[in-house]
Amino acid sequence: MEIKELLTQKIKDKLPDVQFTTVEFRSELSIIINKKDIVKLCLFLKDDPDLAFNFCEDVTAIDWARRNQRFTVVYHIFSMKNKFRLRLKCDVEEDDCKIDSVSSVWKTADWEERETYDMYGIHFNNHPDLRRMFMPEEFEFYPLRKDFPLMGIPGSLPLPKK
Amino acid sequence: MEKVTKDNSRSKILDALLADKDITVEDALENEMILNMGPQHPATHGVLRLLLRLDGETIVSCVPELGYLHRGYEKMAENMTYLEFIPHTDRLDYLAPLSNNVAWALAVEKLIGIEAPPRAQYIRMLICELSRIASHLVAIGAFAMDVGALTVFLWTLREREKILDIWDILCGARFTTSFTRIGGVANDIQPEAIAKADWFINQFDDNLAECEYLLNNNRIFIDRLEGVGVVSGEDAVQLGLTGPTLRGSGVEYDLRRDMPYLYYNDLDFKVITYNEGDCLARYFVRVDECRESAKMVKQILSKLPKGNILTNDPKKVLPDKVEIYTKMEELIHDFMIVNFGINPPVGEIYSAIENPKGELGFYIVSKGEGHPWKCKIRSPSMVNCQGLPHMIKGRMVSDVVAIVGSIDPVMGEADK
Repeated sequence: MEIKELLTQKIKDKLPDVQFTTVEFRSELSIIINKKDIVKLCLFLKDDPDLAFNFCEDVTAIDWARRNQRFTVVYHIFSMKNKFRLRLKCDVEEDDCKIDSVSSVWKTADWEERETYDMYGIHFNNHPDLRRMFMPEEFEFYPLRKDFPLMGIPGSLPLPKK
Repeated sequence: MEKVTKDNSRSKILDALLADKDITVEDALENEMILNMGPQHPATHGVLRLLLRLDGETIVSCVPELGYLHRGYEKMAENMTYLEFIPHTDRLDYLAPLSNNVAWALAVEKLIGIEAPPRAQYIRMLICELSRIASHLVAIGAFAMDVGALTVFLWTLREREKILDIWDILCGARFTTSFTRIGGVANDIQPEAIAKADWFINQFDDNLAECEYLLNNNRIFIDRLEGVGVVSGEDAVQLGLTGPTLRGSGVEYDLRRDMPYLYYNDLDFKVITYNEGDCLARYFVRVDECRESAKMVKQILSKLPKGNILTNDPKKVLPDKVEIYTKMEELIHDFMIVNFGINPPVGEIYSAIENPKGELGFYIVSKGEGHPWKCKIRSPSMVNCQGLPHMIKGRMVSDVVAIVGSIDPVMGEADK
């Protein structure tokens, strides 16, 4: 069986309460799920011997600016056994800007989630060390949000006095 | 001699120091101190800052701090067209700029759904492998210099200089190349560049062996690296390490073979792995990869097909400059592409290539506009730096220099 069919079939069989939809674009498979299921699904995808998504490549987010569900958190995971890449997507609302951390599943996600928090202000529950990755700790804004101007906000970074 | 317990240690130590007396502390960890290494430190390869908690000279824990070179490329990418971002990819991993250009061009082409013609793809492979050699040469040289062997640095940089000369002929720049275009490359490869590459490859093996001879028989070099910064294959995958750092831990993962792009399927090459997982293994991986890349360059030069260097898709690919000045249609297309961008369809793609440092990926989300809606750079250096605390813990301060050198981070890429 092809890996894509196997994947959807396995999730349906083993995790019947996880609601998901799949999208394919340029032969890349995306699975869109509810944010409450993320850790459960990730653990399953990693530990299942046939799927074995043992490698987390990337965690990031998208800011849709005017959409109702403002953010989407995106995970790229790779299975070295099947040589297959999968994208997981969860919508996150601006009012409830939280999602469970997958850093317990893949250690890589630790810094990637910190970066996402730094850039978009999305909080990751149960993250071991949720600090800003690139910006200074006292910085108040989230630079990759669409309402942050490209030129920056004057005075947002303290400069030495004259 | 007086013994000191935990609660009163600090004042007792101070008193003893003032009175010039000896003192013993029960709990050794009471002696720990924080050492700040970097961001301005010659061995951190840029502006990497490491906070080390020391017990004597042993490192108890290490916290890397990134962001001193953060320029916000992801934000900038959202505000410029796909073509405008090519020069910015040079500034990511500035030791292998051509490789980054190729990664960006491949990502955008995948999003649009076009493919460059075979000759352009072969030229891209050629420059990818040359930049891999160039980057590894700097890595080996700087690494050896960090642990005290200065000569090797001069020798490897001499070899790298020859590659930069090839780039100079090829695209008129040694460093900030911006050579690829969406749908192909900027210009055809010149006969002089081919001749120079051919000459370089023929003399390279001997010169590399010379450099290697300086190091492999150097007992100080071996002793300082063997068994230092060990990371097992399982941990390496868990930490997300890629590139030579991962293959030095015995994991056979190379995107050129596992998710082939360009024409890597047509080439015959080995994926180099070493099982030790220490700094020495990572050094060996780099040296062997240089040799393997040299072999691949030979194959590419012998197989280089004839044909166009830009794909024929007037709405997406910039036309030739002569045609812009002489033909109406091309002028219109050039105007539209430069001013409004190439408007790929609505969608999202993730495209990754095997850069010298590891897996360089671009995640692009398009809303059908001329600008990317979102561009994420998956930089290998940043993720590899995440392995530092794991490798450094329990080692000495002097090993930190060797471990950072063996990972070979480029902060331009790690900090984006």
